[in-house]
Amino acid sequence: MKMARSMRVFAAVAAVGLLATACGGNLDSSESSSADGGAASAAASAAAGAGAATDGTVKIGYVAPITGPLAAFGEGDQYVVDQMTSYFAANPIQAGGKSYGVEILLKDSQSDPKRAGEVAGELINTDGVDILMAHATPETTVPVTQQCEANATPCITADTPWQPWVVGSGANPGDPATALKWSYHFFWGLEDIAAVNMEVWNEVDTNKKVAALYANDSDGQAFTDEAMGYPAIVGPAGYEWNNPGLYPLGTQDFSAQINAYKQNGDEILTGIVVPPDFATFWKQAKQQGFNPKIATIGKAIEFPAAIEGLGDLAQNLATEVWWAPSYPTTSSLSGTTSQAFADQYTADTGKQWNVTLGFSESLFETAAAAVVAAGGTDKQAIANAMKTMKVDTLVGTLDWNSGPFPNVAKTPLVGGQWRATDGGQFPYDLVIVTNEHAKEQGLDVPLGGKVEPLP
Amino acid sequence: MQWLNAIIQGILLGGLYALLAAGLSLMFGVMRIVNLAHGVLAMLAAYLGVVFVNNLGLPWFLALVIVVPIMAAVGYVLQWGLFNRAISKGGLAPLLVAFGLAVVLTQLLQQIFSADSRSIQIGALGTSSIQVSDTIYIGWFPLMTFVVGVLVIAGVQVFLNRAPLGRAMRATSDDPETVNLMGINNRQVYALATALAMATVGLAGMFIGTKTQFIPTYGDLVLIFAFEAVIIGGLGSLWGTLVGGIILGVAQTVGSQINPSYGLLVGNLVFLAILAFRPQGLLPKAVTT
Repeated sequence: MKMARSMRVFAAVAAVGLLATACGGNLDSSESSSADGGAASAAASAAAGAGAATDGTVKIGYVAPITGPLAAFGEGDQYVVDQMTSYFAANPIQAGGKSYGVEILLKDSQSDPKRAGEVAGELINTDGVDILMAHATPETTVPVTQQCEANATPCITADTPWQPWVVGSGANPGDPATALKWSYHFFWGLEDIAAVNMEVWNEVDTNKKVAALYANDSDGQAFTDEAMGYPAIVGPAGYEWNNPGLYPLGTQDFSAQINAYKQNGDEILTGIVVPPDFATFWKQAKQQGFNPKIATIGKAIEFPAAIEGLGDLAQNLATEVWWAPSYPTTSSLSGTTSQAFADQYTADTGKQWNVTLGFSESLFETAAAAVVAAGGTDKQAIANAMKTMKVDTLVGTLDWNSGPFPNVAKTPLVGGQWRATDGGQFPYDLVIVTNEHAKEQGLDVPLGGKVEPLP
Repeated sequence: MQWLNAIIQGILLGGLYALLAAGLSLMFGVMRIVNLAHGVLAMLAAYLGVVFVNNLGLPWFLALVIVVPIMAAVGYVLQWGLFNRAISKGGLAPLLVAFGLAVVLTQLLQQIFSADSRSIQIGALGTSSIQVSDTIYIGWFPLMTFVVGVLVIAGVQVFLNRAPLGRAMRATSDDPETVNLMGINNRQVYALATALAMATVGLAGMFIGTKTQFIPTYGDLVLIFAFEAVIIGGLGSLWGTLVGGIILGVAQTVGSQINPSYGLLVGNLVFLAILAFRPQGLLPKAVTT
């Protein structure tokens, strides 16, 4: 009897847990962390110190994944916010003949879309921010954009391919009439990552058979769509697309896919995969004798820590590079170069640069430019100014006049490969190996090396 | 041959699930504690592995020998410090304490180790394999994981059946108060049982942390698979947990072979079918009788 009752409790708990996982919830993300509270008050006091010399204050809300599974994207955000807070304290924004101090409120999305929407609503309705910013994956940018549209607040987002951002925010990429009223985005799109990956593949002698490894999530569905995604782009270029099917996140065994790739004789591997799934896959691929000549992987290998986790298996893995210290760009605010900005980050934090750093900084450049263009903090004026804005940032020239959709400015994209540094400060370095596509986009990024096949 | 390969890989994967679920099964069998912190504790063991292997440069097997007793000590302290107090409150208290522990420990790991993906380095052993035929390869590391999983299940089962302390655990499980009257300190027995369970979690954490990359929240995913293995096999039964792990592993790999989208789904369906048609599991109650 006792046994039977406890059995039921156990089973119920397991079932609830299963449900929570299926819904993408995290058992651990129930309450706010101390990180965002501390950051907010620190930023507030810094801004108050500067407030004495200014005529007004621009309140900027910033939503980013500081904790949770996406936290690698948000790793540099506290640093960038601190940098920007001290920069604006010394250099208030001059707009419409007035001088504005800047108060930055950083909030943690905990990598949870629901939480991202909640904190965005709080920032708008409780904190009364003038501009809201968000970055890193549709899970963060889409709910924040939705809050901005609902609450008539200017919004600047980045680090999400533009198609999922537009679709997720409720607009139709093919119909400019559905343009959003308050939200503006800058990043690259599906067409860019496909072009950059093909640039990498073209440098290696292969049979042009492409093994596709995608999870069953919004990225995977968008990228493998027969009409709009990769198959439609790489097929006409002579590549054979072999997608055995989308796998569920958290899969522990990839022998079915590996077999399908081997049977088809695929020599190229591409995919958008989270780090744990890629590590599981890549180790198993080696065990099972699947050795492609080149692999272009998104998400899993953007960040240095994941590469270090792969050890020797990381050598010559290729990925799309959104921003790098070698970008020949300077900040429209501080005038610092990308290289100097990245070096300063490493010097201050002891960490290696990563591709999101430049975007975090560029969000602030864009916000400041919008306030200047609007001549003040009037929300409607800021949104109107964004519509036709053009600003030179660390990640390239952002031009909302010439984007593929009214709310979107595209950023240049290059291809990179991870190479062991042989005793450098960090074990692996992300070396730029292709730059043709970025040149077509108007930015000449110097190459750091040539494409090399996988060992 | 593809299907045979799927089944072989599934059995090997099942060994990992069984290893992972052994501690959960043991704690439930002896104390009726549903340890929701099980997954995070496995991550704690994995991070210890990262520290010893990647940061301090110790050989993998030496790190294993160090992490297991550390985790056992953690289990002993946890039982005395938290679970024994919660058990005396009865009902849902131990469950809630375990849940709270999971939240706190996840945040703590994130503070200490950040959210970067980590993996324990094992070098060539992680990727080498035995080629059986053109389509069938058996990786050394999965094989090693499977063997360790079976040995742990067998070892704990023999310990419970034969060793005096094992018998004390079974007796305490059946009737803690009477056992107390017989001069056995049931709280001490509980603490030792949790220590043993955490030792197996130490092993599981090392193997998972080497197989894949993990972040502090990866424990949630791991917990679900462990739960499913325990329930499929039958609560409180260690051999059942091994069978449950293997069934779950094979269901996932065969599901993937049908279509990669179905892997986890088929595993979950098997789990739900067991809950619906044989809720006591396949081999229930062997430990406590």
